[in-house]
Amino acid sequence: MATKKANNQQALSRRQFLTDSGHAACSVGLLGLGLGMYGEQSKTHAALALRPPGALIEDDFLGACVRCGLCVEDCPYDTLKLARLFEPVTTGTPYFDARKVPCEMCDDIPCVKACPTGALDPQLTNIDDARMGVAVLIDRETCLNMQGLRCDVCYRVCPLIEEAITLNLLQNTRTGVHAIFEPVVHSDICTGCGKCEHACVLEEAAIKVMPRELAKGELGKHYRWGWEEKEKAGKELVPDIIDLPNRMPSNSAEKLNIAPTGGKK
Amino acid sequence: MSAPAKSAVIGQDAIVEKGWLKTHQWLLLRRVSQLSILGLFLLGPLAGIWWIKGNLSASLLFGTIPMADPFLVLQTFFSGHQPELTALAGALIIFAFYFIVGGRVFCSWVCPVNIVTDSAGWLRRRLGLRKSTQLSRSLRYWILIMCLITPLFTGYVVWELVNPVSMLHRGLLFGMGMGWTLIIAIFLFDLFISRRGWCGHICPMGAFYSLVGKFSPLKVSAANRSKCNDCMDCYAVCPEPQVIRPALKGEAKGVGPVIIASDCTNCGRCIDICAKDVFHYSSRFANEAEK
Repeated sequence: MATKKANNQQALSRRQFLTDSGHAACSVGLLGLGLGMYGEQSKTHAALALRPPGALIEDDFLGACVRCGLCVEDCPYDTLKLARLFEPVTTGTPYFDARKVPCEMCDDIPCVKACPTGALDPQLTNIDDARMGVAVLIDRETCLNMQGLRCDVCYRVCPLIEEAITLNLLQNTRTGVHAIFEPVVHSDICTGCGKCEHACVLEEAAIKVMPRELAKGELGKHYRWGWEEKEKAGKELVPDIIDLPNRMPSNSAEKLNIAPTGGKK
Repeated sequence: MSAPAKSAVIGQDAIVEKGWLKTHQWLLLRRVSQLSILGLFLLGPLAGIWWIKGNLSASLLFGTIPMADPFLVLQTFFSGHQPELTALAGALIIFAFYFIVGGRVFCSWVCPVNIVTDSAGWLRRRLGLRKSTQLSRSLRYWILIMCLITPLFTGYVVWELVNPVSMLHRGLLFGMGMGWTLIIAIFLFDLFISRRGWCGHICPMGAFYSLVGKFSPLKVSAANRSKCNDCMDCYAVCPEPQVIRPALKGEAKGVGPVIIASDCTNCGRCIDICAKDVFHYSSRFANEAEK
């Protein structure tokens, strides 16, 4: 009888075990799903949150970074910060806000050296090869240079002056006699250090450094620039100019007998 | 005297028998250990003395010795990243350490959340809160599995989004922000909802380190178990009370006196609280010798 009772107890506890485990597995599954969704959301990081130099592309970076803060502590300029809970960057990961403190582009790149996991790629040995983001002249209407003034601050503070940012001479059509020195960023050179954004004299910077995936467009894979192909081939790829029939829209309104409204007329 | 009066002050017998200091010996040493490890990390940011850099997730001691949380490195591995040698070496060092001294020594002697949950446990006893939601003992192992499987799908370390252990330690060094809400939530959860709910049932780090310490030689032994007077104080203070019974009461069944279960955190509270000096630190091999 004693053994029967013991068996019974064991059976019960096995059932209990299975029920418990089932409960646990289901709730943990839901927890995982919730965390995954929270994670997906937190992956779309803020436009102004830049990763340290050498950071892998965001998806890989989030898998590699252990949030130890060694890069933060080895940054001699206190540029880097670790994201806190509910900040728009994935919790615990390093980032910097260029408007507050830009990257000073140390030659020895101490943050990359400090990273134990390779989330900051140790292959990066020349800071000029860093691609933390890319500067964008985001507001041409408040940029002083675009109004014909000689501000040029972003151009002058750029560690790669005349390479990453150049000044493009335009005619000032407002005065008719002056020039406009348009700051132009070259994304193949720009490291995204953020010195231009930091130095911009406006209340709110007109030039901002953004993560490259936000700042850059992307051509369709099939797309080719005609003039580059021509140079590569050393000749015109389409030898004879095809003369397509010209259909100008000017007469169409008259033909359809509609009186044009609005516009410049 | 009557039983309720006695249970109101757990450890009263031990204090009378051994004095207050001896009754809190290992607890005090544990707090010293937890706070000095935290203090060591804080020396850098606060005083500019950089003996150790980083945090519990990964760090560098004296600029040469790497350390890394093996559980976290394992998670990054599951997310598809091949960590650099520094992180691997660091994880191996920490793994080896806890393999020897007992995995959950991390929980009781290092983890900063332990102070939070111990406080909640203490307050719970003080306020006489008996109501508790029973969570499955296996829950933490399920969460551990979840922590390792989700990175396979998401490609990033999911648990680190919310892990309060690393968040608290990182927060104390680099700034908490809203992270406090999570720590307060754990305190309230342990206090009002589930007794020892966080460390004993949920935390996957505890589960991981429990597995790491599966074969560790350093153990607590109920060597003087014949002296036990069934005061139950050890069960009351133990963060994993289920581990005590087989060792303490197993004599008739031929079970050795060493607490073998790897859930034991080697915190030494049972040693402190016992008026009869039943427990002391020992090795797992002492068990086999007696059997």
